[in-house]
Amino acid sequence: MEALKSTPLLARHQQMKALLAPFGGWNMPIQYEGIIAEHRWCREKASLFDICHMGEFLFRGDIAASGMEDVFTFSVASIPVGRSRYGFLLNEEGGIIDDLIVFRLAEDETMIVVNAATIDNDFSVIRSRLKPDTRFSNISADTGKLDIQGPLSREVLVDAFGPEIDRIPYFKFVRMNILGVEAIVSRTGYTGELGYEIFLPAGKVAELWDLLLADQRVKAAGLGARDVLRLEVGYSLYGSDIDEGTTPLEAGLGAFVNFDKEFTGKGALLEQQRAGVKRVKAAFRVASRRSPRHHYEICFEGEAVGSVTSGVFSPMLGCGVGLGYVRPEAAAIGAPLTIRHDSVSMEATVVELPFFRGGSLRS
Amino acid sequence: MTETYFTKEHEWVKIKDGVASVGISEHAAHELGDITFVELPQVGKTVKQFDVLAGIESVKAASDIYAPLSGKVTKVNEALNDTPEIVNEAAEEAGWIAWLEPSDLSEVKNLMSKAEYDEFLKGL
Repeated sequence: MEALKSTPLLARHQQMKALLAPFGGWNMPIQYEGIIAEHRWCREKASLFDICHMGEFLFRGDIAASGMEDVFTFSVASIPVGRSRYGFLLNEEGGIIDDLIVFRLAEDETMIVVNAATIDNDFSVIRSRLKPDTRFSNISADTGKLDIQGPLSREVLVDAFGPEIDRIPYFKFVRMNILGVEAIVSRTGYTGELGYEIFLPAGKVAELWDLLLADQRVKAAGLGARDVLRLEVGYSLYGSDIDEGTTPLEAGLGAFVNFDKEFTGKGALLEQQRAGVKRVKAAFRVASRRSPRHHYEICFEGEAVGSVTSGVFSPMLGCGVGLGYVRPEAAAIGAPLTIRHDSVSMEATVVELPFFRGGSLRS
Repeated sequence: MTETYFTKEHEWVKIKDGVASVGISEHAAHELGDITFVELPQVGKTVKQFDVLAGIESVKAASDIYAPLSGKVTKVNEALNDTPEIVNEAAEEAGWIAWLEPSDLSEVKNLMSKAEYDEFLKGL
């Protein structure tokens, strides 16, 4: 087994007595003071997450001539400079190789941000779909990423780096000088709160971490809180809720697929659309504080119809919530489900996403 | 006089005046992290020593709680229905789970004293 990788902040996490655990091949902080306290702080104030494990690729060249336009389920050429777009890299069968965000840095330059566990495979798949002379590089090792998320994150960044931050709308970014280096500050995130993802050279990450944590409004949060936050707003986690065996149509993420352009997997998706999906992602709310968990069985009308891919106790809703794949009729809003595992059984109801609607995301 | 014993599964039992109160150890509560749900047993239920008595869930995991002694459940800590986090705050006091009427007190020979449990934790 390959040794766990660590981010430039490992010593700081250890000093803060974080609970560390493997995630996608990385030794990552799961919690500092506690998952629920960190979750609440992010919903009410501003939380700082070490997200250096995620991958970044840099593309330079002509988007049409290089083949880049056909790589993803969305158009790259139509992303205005200064904006980013979310979507998928698919296999020929329409299965999701990864979910990712493309940042249009310039007319002829994009940055692609991918999940940690999928970096190497994504890179070789994308590389294979581009013309051989295309300039395409994996800059993950040199690129640090910190996410600051929560209703106070804007004022924290404005106080630290100036009013330019104030003018960034959702899914836009600015390139600006931070701590003497060029950084990208993007109004994106994974929590359902107002927030920013900051990309900067890996060597500067610790300095930025210390600077932001010195602000009394900011506390560190681990991947445990991040998982609760993302699930409360219904975001899929790659490797749990979506993978190569699931398509965007099954996952209810067809909005991020543009059928007006070419992309790998399009034929399979069109065929699936024609024939109808056999299983679909359902979001359900448990009638108690019990938490559904990965691999628990989902039953509908007395029959096993699928299994849970993500589940958690939602502190905002005060009950368990989860995602899982089921037969389409069991995914209808209001459908009563039973979630089972060994002696555990819990009643649940299919609901619309997001579970939690009170976030500051678009404020 | 109260006698306190522990199990290898990290339950504690305090025996006083013929009543055995049961809970999970501070070590177990800390390991579980934020506790979000406790499945309390039915009052009147009878259990054998080391049978499943109750269930407990945290953000991280779901676990069973085993009966440290055989007996009948006479009372449960209903405060845990709405505020299971009491177990994190005071696992060996206010975070008790249930009271048992023990049927065979000689079973304590299968349990550890506080000193033995502390020694056991060091070996984990």
